[in-house]
Amino acid sequence: MTKPLRILLWLAVSVIGALALGTIALRRGEQINAMWLVLAAVCTYALGYRFYSKFVAAKVLALDPQRATPAERLDNGRDFVPTNKWVVFGHHFAAIAGPGPLVGPVLAAQFGYLPGTLWILVGAIFGGCVQDFVILLFSVRRDGKSLTEMARQEVGRLGGAVAYVAILSIIVILLGVAALIVVNALKSSPWGTFTIAMTIPIALLMGLYLRRLRPGKVLETSLLGFVLVMLAIFGGQWVSQSSTLARWFTFGAPTLAVVIILYGFAASALPVWLLLAPRDYLSTFVKLGTIALLALGIIALRPTLHMPPLTRFIDGSGPVFAGSVFPFAFITIACGAVSGFHALIASGTTPKMIRREPETRMVGYGAMMAESMVAIMAMIAACVLQPGTYFAINSPAGIVGSAPEAAATTISNWGFPVTADGMRALAQSVGEQTLYNRTGGAPAFAVGMAHIFANSLGGQAVMAIWYHFAIMFEALFILTVLDAGTRVGRFMVQEALGHLWKPIGRISWYPSILATSAMIVAAWGFFLWQGVKDPLGGINSLWPLFGIANQLLATVALCVATTIIIKMRKARLSPVTLVPLVWLVSVTFTAAWHKMFDPNPRIGFLAHARQLAASAAPGQAVSRLIFNDRLDALVTATLMFLVALVLLESVFLWGRVLSGRREARVREAPFVPTRFAAEEQG
Amino acid sequence: MKHVIAIVLAALREIFDEAAYARFISRMQLAPSAESYAAFQREQEAAKTCRPKCC
Repeated sequence: MTKPLRILLWLAVSVIGALALGTIALRRGEQINAMWLVLAAVCTYALGYRFYSKFVAAKVLALDPQRATPAERLDNGRDFVPTNKWVVFGHHFAAIAGPGPLVGPVLAAQFGYLPGTLWILVGAIFGGCVQDFVILLFSVRRDGKSLTEMARQEVGRLGGAVAYVAILSIIVILLGVAALIVVNALKSSPWGTFTIAMTIPIALLMGLYLRRLRPGKVLETSLLGFVLVMLAIFGGQWVSQSSTLARWFTFGAPTLAVVIILYGFAASALPVWLLLAPRDYLSTFVKLGTIALLALGIIALRPTLHMPPLTRFIDGSGPVFAGSVFPFAFITIACGAVSGFHALIASGTTPKMIRREPETRMVGYGAMMAESMVAIMAMIAACVLQPGTYFAINSPAGIVGSAPEAAATTISNWGFPVTADGMRALAQSVGEQTLYNRTGGAPAFAVGMAHIFANSLGGQAVMAIWYHFAIMFEALFILTVLDAGTRVGRFMVQEALGHLWKPIGRISWYPSILATSAMIVAAWGFFLWQGVKDPLGGINSLWPLFGIANQLLATVALCVATTIIIKMRKARLSPVTLVPLVWLVSVTFTAAWHKMFDPNPRIGFLAHARQLAASAAPGQAVSRLIFNDRLDALVTATLMFLVALVLLESVFLWGRVLSGRREARVREAPFVPTRFAAEEQG
Repeated sequence: MKHVIAIVLAALREIFDEAAYARFISRMQLAPSAESYAAFQREQEAAKTCRPKCC
């Protein structure tokens, strides 16, 4: 393509992107089509990738096509393997795309579609994609070292220790919230509970099939598992229609919570090949397929967004979770915009597979853009619902009441009309007894997704099948994170306690497995139980806590990245990571402060504890709620304090390097020329 | 088009560890069998279960 034509093409992309962004930002009083969001996102990502990531690659990181990567130098055919860039891209995307980008935007939709959409786009282009890209490249240049190792080497011992605590905290809080989302999606739902229960024997069967009958044929086994899961969805409909069977699979939230806690413990202690690995394959199979299907559904249906761009709840009085648009929209949507957890993946398996340095741009920056697009699709799925329906599903009983008529009246009085009859009909159409008070985002996302799928394929007659397909997809996905997360947490605890008493550090010693599994399950089980018993639905307290922990990890990652850039003597280019760092510090510290000290009891943990202490008659249940509030405040304060220490340690180091009092020396692996460059030329 | 399909299949084989198993049997000079797959899974266990999965 000639240069003038290229300029014209990018000018056209810019104009179309500006038009789409202008439409979603400035249109008031009339509904817009979801394609405007898709168009704005595609143009923004195209421009961000073509210009900003290229600038970061060329000027800040100076990607070197002549430098051999650890995959080439340390190739062992096991974890260090030079791999085709598209294959690494797929592998990396499959690892970073979890339930976060699906749930966060659905919850943040209570502010309207505009704040969340803008944050997803701007946050990803200037924050999340940059974080993933630079951490991936820095890990590649350090023999694939992890974030904690890089923090220890480049920032100081404190950085490494804090990253460790932050990771463990995030895992525990994430698992508690994830389990709560599943509980809220399955409570009083025999169809959903049966389908998800069936995924356990299906995974066990897959494990045995893979081990004994067709060793190594994972794709074939996953396809077989998928067919069985689809049969389980149809079987769930039959179960829900049988009064006897339906009773067996109808559980309240506390019972489901106990079942999931026991399941988490069993999954952590069972052999990996039997349950965890096949479930992981099955969930990845369903995840990739469903995301592709959702993208096609949105393009085919081109739905109208019924949610307004901004709702009255930007003031902080929202029913889904309390807190104003700043800072809470920015911690509610973490994955999809900026997620600290990605830095773990970008410094985990991916850097050990990168064949050439320039490919880090496509894998690091590009895969995060794809994840951000998933978040946009989740936002669309939430906003195609009528706002009244969205709030009826997502509002806890503590806010709108549990009686259908009262809830419908309260929500209608907010200016979002909904009727009890309409909600009853919707629940019937998706095969549920009720859709009220189904907090956590998953049921609302499932209704939105079912609406898009059903209107693209099959019509209203198959709405219930699509809804339960979506619930199965989310629950399967989340339970896989629960299995894997419990194991990762268990390994971390074993590693740490192994320093105190050597036998407990042996990862295959059964007493150690049981003890540390019990510790991790008890930790996230505590948060799950707290959420189940919370009259405000649990998500109000726990999702912000997870968002804060995740964004604090991003703060640590960006501190490491900025330190390395300054040590590379490129301080004038450090705003590339420094600006997102400053933004994240402002957002997370403000949010954390509000969650601890805000006088509004719906926002501040301590204010809520004071309100309970003052108003209720003393009893065991109230004392437990007060204890939970104080513990949540303490967890938030501890995380904030630790990250503040890393921040101070980093700033102190930057000052010393910039003033010449400390040598600017990065700990990169020595340069070795790549043989791939010569092979390509020859 | 053939190239695109080949890349997608290669990505799926990598995501689903089929490529890792192929590398394992080539490295260990084993034949594909239930025993070699069990050995591969044992080797994978520590690495796979320590691998973080995103939120």
